[in-house]
Amino acid sequence: MTDNTLILSVIIHLFTAIVLLALWRKTVAQRIISVVGSVVAMVIAIRLFTAVWDNGILTMQAAGWDAPFGITFVADVFSSTMVLLTSFSGIAVSIYSATGVARGRMLYGYFPILHLLLMGLNGAFLTGDIFNLYVWFEVIIIASFVLMTLGGRRAQIEGSVKYMAMNVLASTFFLTGIGILYGITGTLNMADLSLKIAALENRKLVDIVSIFFIVGFGIKSAVFPLYFWLPSSYHTPPSAVAAIFGGLLTKVGIYALFRVFTLIFIPDEFLRTLLVVLAIFTILTGSFGAVIKNNIRRVFSYLIVCHIGFMVGGLGMYSEIAITGALFYLIHDMMVKTNIFLIAGLIRKLRGTMNMDKLGGLYAEYPLLSLVVALVLFSLVGIPPLSGFWPKIYLFEAGFMDAQYPLLVAIIIGSFVTLYVIAKLWAKVFWKNQPTLPAEENYTDEFKPMSAFRKSLLVVPIVFLMAIALYIGLAAENVALVAKHIARDMKDMTPYIEAVLGTNVSP
Amino acid sequence: MKSTILKTASIYLLPILLLFSIFILLRGHYFPGGGFVGGLIAAIAFVLHSFTHGTEATLKLLRIHPSALIPVGLALAAISMFAPMLNGQPVMTGLWFDQPVPVIGLIGSALFFDIGVYVVVIGVVLTILFTIAQYSG
Amino acid sequence: MELLLVILIGVLYATGIFMLLRRSMVKLLIGLILLGNGANLLIFLLGRITKGAPPVIDSAAKFFTDVYADPIPQALILTAIVISFGLQAFAIVLLKRVYVLINSDDLDDLNTPEEEDI
Repeated sequence: MTDNTLILSVIIHLFTAIVLLALWRKTVAQRIISVVGSVVAMVIAIRLFTAVWDNGILTMQAAGWDAPFGITFVADVFSSTMVLLTSFSGIAVSIYSATGVARGRMLYGYFPILHLLLMGLNGAFLTGDIFNLYVWFEVIIIASFVLMTLGGRRAQIEGSVKYMAMNVLASTFFLTGIGILYGITGTLNMADLSLKIAALENRKLVDIVSIFFIVGFGIKSAVFPLYFWLPSSYHTPPSAVAAIFGGLLTKVGIYALFRVFTLIFIPDEFLRTLLVVLAIFTILTGSFGAVIKNNIRRVFSYLIVCHIGFMVGGLGMYSEIAITGALFYLIHDMMVKTNIFLIAGLIRKLRGTMNMDKLGGLYAEYPLLSLVVALVLFSLVGIPPLSGFWPKIYLFEAGFMDAQYPLLVAIIIGSFVTLYVIAKLWAKVFWKNQPTLPAEENYTDEFKPMSAFRKSLLVVPIVFLMAIALYIGLAAENVALVAKHIARDMKDMTPYIEAVLGTNVSP
Repeated sequence: MKSTILKTASIYLLPILLLFSIFILLRGHYFPGGGFVGGLIAAIAFVLHSFTHGTEATLKLLRIHPSALIPVGLALAAISMFAPMLNGQPVMTGLWFDQPVPVIGLIGSALFFDIGVYVVVIGVVLTILFTIAQYSG
Repeated sequence: MELLLVILIGVLYATGIFMLLRRSMVKLLIGLILLGNGANLLIFLLGRITKGAPPVIDSAAKFFTDVYADPIPQALILTAIVISFGLQAFAIVLLKRVYVLINSDDLDDLNTPEEEDI
């Protein structure tokens, strides 16, 4: 079905960014407009999701050029779910930033860049053209470079050199893949590519091209041998930025992996084994990295890597139920990962440090806040009935059905290490008494002297995202319905292809 | 730079290059050219001026800081991109006026998009180069 | 022409990756630029190099009979060039800032431990 308004999710962030740019250096107005823009974006995203859920796949042919010649924008359930989750994260981060980001950063364009980043994310989710996906990826990485370096502390600058080099390299790989793909098929539309690649004789060449895409997206989504840039850069920017990065940027890589490897390249035996092996090592290295680190944000950075492995493993098993599990995990992960970085920022506001050895006594001082944090951390670990628990059931079921025992062992180890790390964090940061520090390292509580309004600006986003995570856990049957719907779409892409190219596609 | 020849030449070159950039901008719809190249040429004109007269003098000549051009150009491009949506057409569809304008020819939303790009490119390039120049100077 | 381009692309990729593996930050950036140019030329080559008319059908004719040049690779390359222009401008400023901060061009000097680390 054609719907020209599906692009509104992109437009709203573009216009918010333009207004914010026009209000250069007026930080109070910028904060208000950023929140308003995010709220409007959320309303639009909810509308888009319900429209797609009720009417099926929506398409828009940009400039009226029909597919496969023009650029098509497609909203299926997968894309619209991602847009919806992005809008939730966006609104939380934009409220949190109002007090969580230093004024100096706002003066140099923090808010406009944040909205350009969100625009890039929505565009990447909605596009149906592989080169257009590349362009949106570039919008995302340029915006993220600026957010990463804004403020310019030494550690931050050092982290962003690694981040920049690896991400530009990933884009080059992706671009090379697109070039070869265009050379062998002569099209860029993803639905058309799906048909043309399936009809291609030279399977070896297709395998080689798919490796380019695995490497390109693998760097972006931090898969095993390519993830080292992530833990060495994600702990440096301000927490609000780290939240957007941790919650959304690696997940857009995962989105692209799922999209490309279910629509264009259908994984054969070799690719599936490759993805499963990568997933196993990603889980193991990520979780062991998390054990030895002592800085809260570094621990969380390694946990991102560990949990990326769960999703890649689900894609590697490639049965419908495995993909359901991986998608459920993706939905849960986007909400919880954004939240834990916001919590890390809040802890820094409370104590001025993120070193677990120097922290303590938060439960005694802020019992209610600690309970909220506990719920989020339990969701992350996956204590039943919270959100992290349900996707693992699907993954286990799929693993036993396919006899993927090494991956199952890795998932179990990954889950237990996550539990151990989070328990350690909880015990060290919240339960143990505040250690007596040497006088020169004495902390100042920035949170307590704040006015109630400013306090609520920090706490409300965390509670909001926690509520969504609770909904994902307690109303798991609704979320599972969405995940199953997407997985069914992925196993049989004919509806997608027909929606994009018109109804003349013979199966 | 102290070269008198270059200094004198740049004063005459500035309007000529700006005029040339507008020519490139307007021929862009059917021939090689367009907003991006035109914007670069216009930016080069100002950069040449700043080479000979110093960055401060060029900023004074511009009256507004080039970074203020970015939202203006973006807004112009974005509005001309999304205007067809009000008509019920997909974004970026070309809308055309019926009557041709003398000299320029038919005017459509594509022209306004190109003008937006032109302004953004001037703003971005001058902001980057002036920042680097002031930073290292 | 094709053979020349193939060799050129190979050389660009090889030198780009060689430069990436050096420890100097400026060489890292040069490597990224070379790789990007290699990718652009690759798209140009794989889009079939044909000398021909632009693919615009005359309003009187119904079919297009001439040899025509594919405009899409050129559009893709133009987009990629504009994007890499922005990225490189940013990267140069970033590396300059790094040089001012740590006074070194060596990537190994980028590992200052933060006070709150182990």
